[in-house]
Amino acid sequence: MEQILANGIYLGAQYAMIALGLTLIFALMNVLNFAHGQMYVLGGFVTYTFYGQLGWPFVLALLASCITLAVLGALIERFLFAPVIRRSNREESTMLLAAGLAFFFDAVILLVFGEKQRGVPKIVDGVFNWDFKLIMPYDRILICVLAILSIVSFILFMQYSKTGRALRALAQDRTAAQLMGVNVARYSMIGFALGAMLAGLVGGLLVTITGVNLGMGGPTSIKAFMMVMIGGAGVISGAIAGGIILGFMEAIGLAVLSQYGDITYLLIFVSLMIFLAIRPQGLMGKPWG
Amino acid sequence: MIQWAGLAVFLLAIFIAVPAFVVASGRSDLYYTLTSVALLSIASAGVWLTFYIGRINIGQGAFALIGAYVSAILVTKAGMSFWLSLPLAGLFAAAVAIVIGVPILRLRGVYFAMISLVLTQVVTLTALALPITNGAKGITSIPLPGGISIFGLTLIPDFATLENPRLAFYYAACVLMVLTFAAMYRLVNSRLGHLCRSMQQNEELASSIGVNISYIRVIVFSISSFLGGIGGAMFGSIAQSVYPSSFQVADSVNFMLNCFLGGLGYVFGPMLGTLVLYFGWDLLFELGRFQLLAYSSLLIILMLFLPNGLLSLRLPGKKGADR
Repeated sequence: MEQILANGIYLGAQYAMIALGLTLIFALMNVLNFAHGQMYVLGGFVTYTFYGQLGWPFVLALLASCITLAVLGALIERFLFAPVIRRSNREESTMLLAAGLAFFFDAVILLVFGEKQRGVPKIVDGVFNWDFKLIMPYDRILICVLAILSIVSFILFMQYSKTGRALRALAQDRTAAQLMGVNVARYSMIGFALGAMLAGLVGGLLVTITGVNLGMGGPTSIKAFMMVMIGGAGVISGAIAGGIILGFMEAIGLAVLSQYGDITYLLIFVSLMIFLAIRPQGLMGKPWG
Repeated sequence: MIQWAGLAVFLLAIFIAVPAFVVASGRSDLYYTLTSVALLSIASAGVWLTFYIGRINIGQGAFALIGAYVSAILVTKAGMSFWLSLPLAGLFAAAVAIVIGVPILRLRGVYFAMISLVLTQVVTLTALALPITNGAKGITSIPLPGGISIFGLTLIPDFATLENPRLAFYYAACVLMVLTFAAMYRLVNSRLGHLCRSMQQNEELASSIGVNISYIRVIVFSISSFLGGIGGAMFGSIAQSVYPSSFQVADSVNFMLNCFLGGLGYVFGPMLGTLVLYFGWDLLFELGRFQLLAYSSLLIILMLFLPNGLLSLRLPGKKGADR
């Protein structure tokens, strides 16, 4: 029981971080970022390169991941999403762009890093063992704590900084924010960069545990979509709730239903569909997003 | 008049010019490619129809998989003729769409997009878990479609006895595609099509002037899934096998991309989009490991300069632009 709870918290914290980035981008631009999983993988590979290959300190490598992805996100928003949103008749057109980007990142990762599974040396050795009731390697605990810290600092940033306030205003009502003097183009770019940065950060954190490979992008995107749906699209607290709920469902499902094979995900999917049929906007979302 | 001329040219091209070209150039592998394009464009047409009522559908892979399995099970387990199982597969997919659609069609925008994406995963996982679908092993060695004859007159010959079943499949797929798009064109220009357009613009307003929106969206979604089921069933029959991985999330996304690429405002958009995407991918095969890079870059560039689809290029006298 304790083990399941600990696994749930561990999975939930990292899932919440992935969902945060996706929901931020969605709230600001109304863009469903299909490439989010690929950004996460890219972040993992950057940390792998700097920490695993070049031997930089882990924190610096993590920083490198964040910066790379933030710059990438800003450029993508500036030169791809903003023009397409301006020119297209229907805002769904950005989905084709996002899907194209997902393919593009996959191609780049394939060319630069290859398709092999990559891992890095552990950052901390040893296993926390509480009477065989709760067994957890120290590096997982560290990553979990770091993830929770990042989430808390992200929330504080969104609540109290000037940029955060501008971003929240933008998410609430674009026109009103513009009338209040928020530079919409600039903050859209910052928001997209921030979302991409979160994906890169969580990729960099997780590369120390699960390693990273090319095929992780797509499934990660789907999981992120599910978390966002559970919590409600475009709501930050919802993304965190969705991530933690999915993390716990997975931890419990894998522990209880492991003998039935791959049925956990089927159950999660089906219950999600039933849940959404009853409450279409998720736990905390605005109706009709 | 120009529309009829365009239609005649198109029919001549796919039924006479293409086979003639294949015979002349000896590239019979083109049949398989073109058959795939025809079938995928049928499924994409379904996706396009859900776009027409303002829903982003990334779940067509689910219905294609359902159709493929229903047809395969009916043919292998019940010994039914393929030609009878084809409409049944479509109808089964449509029935599933009605049951699922009633609750999930209440969702809009990005919520519907995400849940339809999840739907594809659900069907794949269900196919893995159910005993009748044979799990990950799938259903293999499905017999080729048999013949149909009425009063001794052969309407469709037995595919197994033909010396070139590829050509037969090509014709069958093209006939299906022509029928599908004719039906789509008719539907879009009918009363139902006008109602759909009103829903695409503003559902509340449409509802307030007396459009039964929940009825129409379920009907449209089931038609869309019917097309997905037909396309999937035919695909399974050509490949003579169905696996849970036959139609995956990537396929669902591709169906959607076909519609975007062709243009959401044009009935024949999905056909053109499928042709361009499928052939584009095949042509880029020469580039080897840079294939995906070139393909995705082209997609991005295309979207950057033609965000409303290829057909928004309005060539003079271009057939198919419906408005």
